[in-house]
Amino acid sequence: MSDKYQALPAPTPETQHFWDGAKEGELKLQRCTSCSHTYFPPRPFCPECASRDVEVYSASGKATLYSYVINHRAPKGWDAPYSIAVVELEEGPRMMTNVIGIAQTPEALELDMALEVSFEQVSDDIFLPKFKPSAGGAS
Amino acid sequence: MKPGSVAIVGAAETTELGRIPDLSEIGLHADAALNAMKDMGIGPKDIDGIATAGTSPTNLAHYLGITPTWADGTAVGGCSFMLHVRHAAAAINEGLCETVLITHGESGKSRVGKSGFGRSDGSLQGQFEAPFGPMGPPTMFTIPVLRYMKDRGLTHEQLANVSVVQREWAAMHPRATFRDPITIDDVLNSRMIAYPFRILQCCLVTDGGGALIMTSAERAKDFPTKPVYIIGTGESVETPMISQMADFTSSRAFRVSGKKAFDEAGISHSDVDHLMIYDAFAHLPIYGLEDLGFCEPGEAGQFIMERNTAPGGKLPMNTNGGGLSYMHSGMYGMYALQESVRQMRGTSPAQVEGAKISVSHGVGGMFGASGTIIMSNERP
Ligand SMILES: [Zn+2]
Repeated sequence: MSDKYQALPAPTPETQHFWDGAKEGELKLQRCTSCSHTYFPPRPFCPECASRDVEVYSASGKATLYSYVINHRAPKGWDAPYSIAVVELEEGPRMMTNVIGIAQTPEALELDMALEVSFEQVSDDIFLPKFKPSAGGAS
Repeated sequence: MKPGSVAIVGAAETTELGRIPDLSEIGLHADAALNAMKDMGIGPKDIDGIATAGTSPTNLAHYLGITPTWADGTAVGGCSFMLHVRHAAAAINEGLCETVLITHGESGKSRVGKSGFGRSDGSLQGQFEAPFGPMGPPTMFTIPVLRYMKDRGLTHEQLANVSVVQREWAAMHPRATFRDPITIDDVLNSRMIAYPFRILQCCLVTDGGGALIMTSAERAKDFPTKPVYIIGTGESVETPMISQMADFTSSRAFRVSGKKAFDEAGISHSDVDHLMIYDAFAHLPIYGLEDLGFCEPGEAGQFIMERNTAPGGKLPMNTNGGGLSYMHSGMYGMYALQESVRQMRGTSPAQVEGAKISVSHGVGGMFGASGTIIMSNERP
């Protein structure tokens, strides 16, 4: 593991809650208390209505596979081919991730398949939100 | 801007294109600038406005010996030069300067004196995209395509065909990097980079540069070159994160920029004789044709398949071979503009006979930004 190239996020005051949540196994999103818009990535105001009255909450962790590529040129320590994907969370926002726990082939990785979050520890403090096929099937 | 009030009067690429190990990036800017000034018989002392990306206007002014009264360092990626043309037109019309030099130079392959594009681990891209193993644009810019293919019915063959048609155009250009014909099978059997993209669907990596010189349409008469009038301009930006692009089947920045340019020019799509759509990857002409309004959503793949954009087609597109075959230093937009100018001057090796209106459409970042310039060799 120590030889693997891993870009590490540097949390900022505006994103710290997300990485703190990830460490506890929770996928944190933000919601506007004025217009109830849910959004990602984190920021201390609502990108829909500009209200600063926003709250952090735990998402369900359920998502569907929105789009992806299968990378064949691996950075050091990564096993190619592997997926670089964008998933659509049940709550609406989309995020980049890797789909894990399934063959990294176009046949296995079907768009719109049901996924659920699975955190992967990559440093003392950073747990990355990755996604695996949903245990319960369709979300 | 008022259509036709400003013109491109100088245009040139670097003396060499492709592999240029004996020039640094600022040297490539200068080589192209010197060629463009020579093109119209002026020198650095005649320039009073500058715009550039990849280096700073300050570096450029100092290196070439220019004392500008107007400078623009807009840097939104490969379409920055489209934005520079738009901003320069406004500056000239406002009287902020008279003669603007726009330069590009990039040592994409040889990486001599290369400027850095450092990513901050604390930026939103650094926190929410970089940790998932992307290896640059081939693994990021390409992510929306599977969604487009599923929702719009695009086939792998149609996507591969984009590269095939552009190679036909490149074959006519002596300075194009790749000129040998290829087939759809060649593309679909070439090395996999990031499924569904194979190497022949990804742009080149080369060294080069280009420069444009602009002035008012009135002053354009004082120079020996054939003026190419700016008749419509547009620009927009959307997001620095490909994962946050609002619609994976259409670029908002493309739609906004394109509409602005067409509205300003007051032309319809059937008036367009020649089209350049920045093609860092094979899907970009497909998104561009639809987002600019040349095709309905989902029709562009078949439109290209039916040879509408190929030599002899009704809408010649990417007639230099594009970033896929001509050259791609990193910020390709300058080369799209150069080919549009050549077509309007009547000097392209792949000249579209009688072409009067050219649209040059660029992308910046990964669907992050856009600029559209509409040119004509006739003043409206
Ligand atoms: Zn709100």
